[in-house]
Amino acid sequence: MKLVENIVNRHTLTHLDALESESIHIMREVAAECRNPALLFSGGKDSIVMLRLAEKAFRPAKFPFPLVHIDTEHNFPEVIACRDKLAKDLGERLIVRSLEDSIRRGSIVVKDPDKPRNPYQSVTPLETIAEFGFDACMGGARRDEEKARAKERIFSFRDEFGQWDPKNQRPELWDTYNTRVHAGENIRVFPISNWTEMDIWEYIGREKLYIPNIYFAHEREVIRRGGSVIPVSHLVQPKAGEKVEVLSVRFRTVGDMTCTAPVESVARTVDEIIEETATTRITERGATRMDDQTSDASMELRKKEGYF
Amino acid sequence: MSNTTQLLRFITAGSVDDGKSTLIGRLLHDSKSIFEDQFSAIARTSEKRGMAAVDLSLLTDGLQAEREQGITIDVAYRYFATPRRKFIIGDTPGHEQYTRNMVTAASTANLAIILIDARKGVLTQTRRHSYLASLLGVPHVVLAVNKMDMVDYSQARFDQIIAEYSSFAAQLGLHDVHCIPLSALNGDMVVNRGANLGWYGGPALLELLETVEIDHDVNTSDFRFPVQWVCRVHGSDFGSDITRQSGLVSTETVGEYANGFRGFAGRIEAGEVSVGDEVTVLPSGRTTRVKEIVTYDGTLQTAFAPQSVTITLADEIDISRGDMIVRTSAHPPKVDKEFEGTLCWLSESPLDKNRKYLVKHTTRTAKCLFSRLDFRVDVNTLEQHAAERLNMNDIARVAIKTQQPLVFDSYGTDRATGSFIVIDEATNNTVAAGMIA
Repeated sequence: MKLVENIVNRHTLTHLDALESESIHIMREVAAECRNPALLFSGGKDSIVMLRLAEKAFRPAKFPFPLVHIDTEHNFPEVIACRDKLAKDLGERLIVRSLEDSIRRGSIVVKDPDKPRNPYQSVTPLETIAEFGFDACMGGARRDEEKARAKERIFSFRDEFGQWDPKNQRPELWDTYNTRVHAGENIRVFPISNWTEMDIWEYIGREKLYIPNIYFAHEREVIRRGGSVIPVSHLVQPKAGEKVEVLSVRFRTVGDMTCTAPVESVARTVDEIIEETATTRITERGATRMDDQTSDASMELRKKEGYF
Repeated sequence: MSNTTQLLRFITAGSVDDGKSTLIGRLLHDSKSIFEDQFSAIARTSEKRGMAAVDLSLLTDGLQAEREQGITIDVAYRYFATPRRKFIIGDTPGHEQYTRNMVTAASTANLAIILIDARKGVLTQTRRHSYLASLLGVPHVVLAVNKMDMVDYSQARFDQIIAEYSSFAAQLGLHDVHCIPLSALNGDMVVNRGANLGWYGGPALLELLETVEIDHDVNTSDFRFPVQWVCRVHGSDFGSDITRQSGLVSTETVGEYANGFRGFAGRIEAGEVSVGDEVTVLPSGRTTRVKEIVTYDGTLQTAFAPQSVTITLADEIDISRGDMIVRTSAHPPKVDKEFEGTLCWLSESPLDKNRKYLVKHTTRTAKCLFSRLDFRVDVNTLEQHAAERLNMNDIARVAIKTQQPLVFDSYGTDRATGSFIVIDEATNNTVAAGMIA
């Protein structure tokens, strides 16, 4: 067996090692205590970090849970390709459920098929949880992303309607997590709650993780609309009077193609992204997510409805 | 950020009146941790409310309900970094009814900032916050004497406050207390030293947060390893893609696991362990030796708290989740079905002595009974009162009986193996937090 050199001072963990150990501990608590857990995996950078943490928590055994993706079908093709490649490389089971399934079923009624689908994002997760009887879903949300998330527990209890009640959260002390739910209820678990955007990039660099290439700077056709730069795609076409420009951009988050804006960037490597992240003056979601900007409480309201 | 940056978790205790939100806002603003879009959002709100300057305290206002009512209802976690350290702030409201929030945030903190208004000095709530910091074993305390601008930056006033506080802190057993005069409003002695407190020679707040020694806060002497999860792979699965990915098993060593792999996964809660060490499995008391310390990145010779690892043992012993592996030594943990401790009741429904609850301690959950309520502590005066019942935010000395034995240390020795939560089986709510005496 190969032997790892002790690279840190004795009895001192670096911040990344401390965060990693905490996340592994959380995932193992889920695996040990929950009856039927799942790990949400989208192919985005945070969930790719989650996969590596799951490998660290459970190898040499298989993951004691499937990977689940809720597909809006508005995703970037590069992200979906990465999702499929990573699941296959790991040899783990991937379950994909799509908003289209809910639309066909009639549980989602979409007014305009090309508009952002985030408003409907709460329905399909709840249907998927019901279909498989999951009692715990692990997600890659971080507290530094948004102020509603900053107040959410690591083990976040949801009632039988999948709803989050911020005023009535279970106290969470030490690292002793209460994982208990009644039938029909579930918990959302956020093992990387305490990671920041910078930690994610440092970890991607350290672990040499494979991520979709749209996170790196590339030339892309965009239009400027309402103060944001929007990528041109089959879902977003220029309206009369809008000019298509080609800019060097990268994505800081990858969500629904119709409402995820890239940032102008020339960072083509993880190190260059880390450098940009260290000097940026705009928050991750502030720069890139039009869906969070409709009101000061958009995320809080969506979470109360059952969004992750 | 260098790859040796450490993480410091701290809490802030005080009320809005003490300028707590302003202090956090100032810390984030002057350390350049506030982003333009966050700043423009609070600038807009300040303007809407008719304020002359940007109100930095708005940065820590989170949820819609809080903004409507102008209160802070829960613990919020915030993150910032300097080139020297990364920080997690547990921001807790100072309101009396929210003792439970401070207890929650303090449970994971390395340091507590206790805020005082220089005009008011040591108040009841200062005593309460300090008592809770000592009860939860927060290793370092900073007494931040704020609003020094309101007392003409008077050294005499500062000295008077710290003299009063010091005797109280000693009485509580708080050993590492740092006192800093500051003005969050003007930014004196928060990140920058400012020009008004020339008589103060100690570190500014951020400098202290960056340099306070946290390595020795970890109990390194006694190895404690609660088993979280048993990692099993059948022999026939070895050599499959999955086992190869792990880096654990190379082609040469597959043969070693012809009969399968059985490792005990968990996080080292205290101390260190090396390959070949003699260990005892509790509560059974069986002894064996550490065969390997397995991680995804390869095997280790030695591992220490708080690393998450997987341990394999030289002998086949029946071990499951909830057991604890410890180094065979002169300081074994206690194994008992009865113990005493301090309980902080967190639930709106009071403690019912006639009911059974669940206790979750490390990785073991057992049914429990509260066999005695010795006394309740008044968090404001520290006086002890007879306890008939326990309501939300009450703190009391109790005796507990569990159905199965727990493997524990005193909280003072080890926070991880000396703490527990109490769960109400009917609602599944976490109703209390406890510290073993």
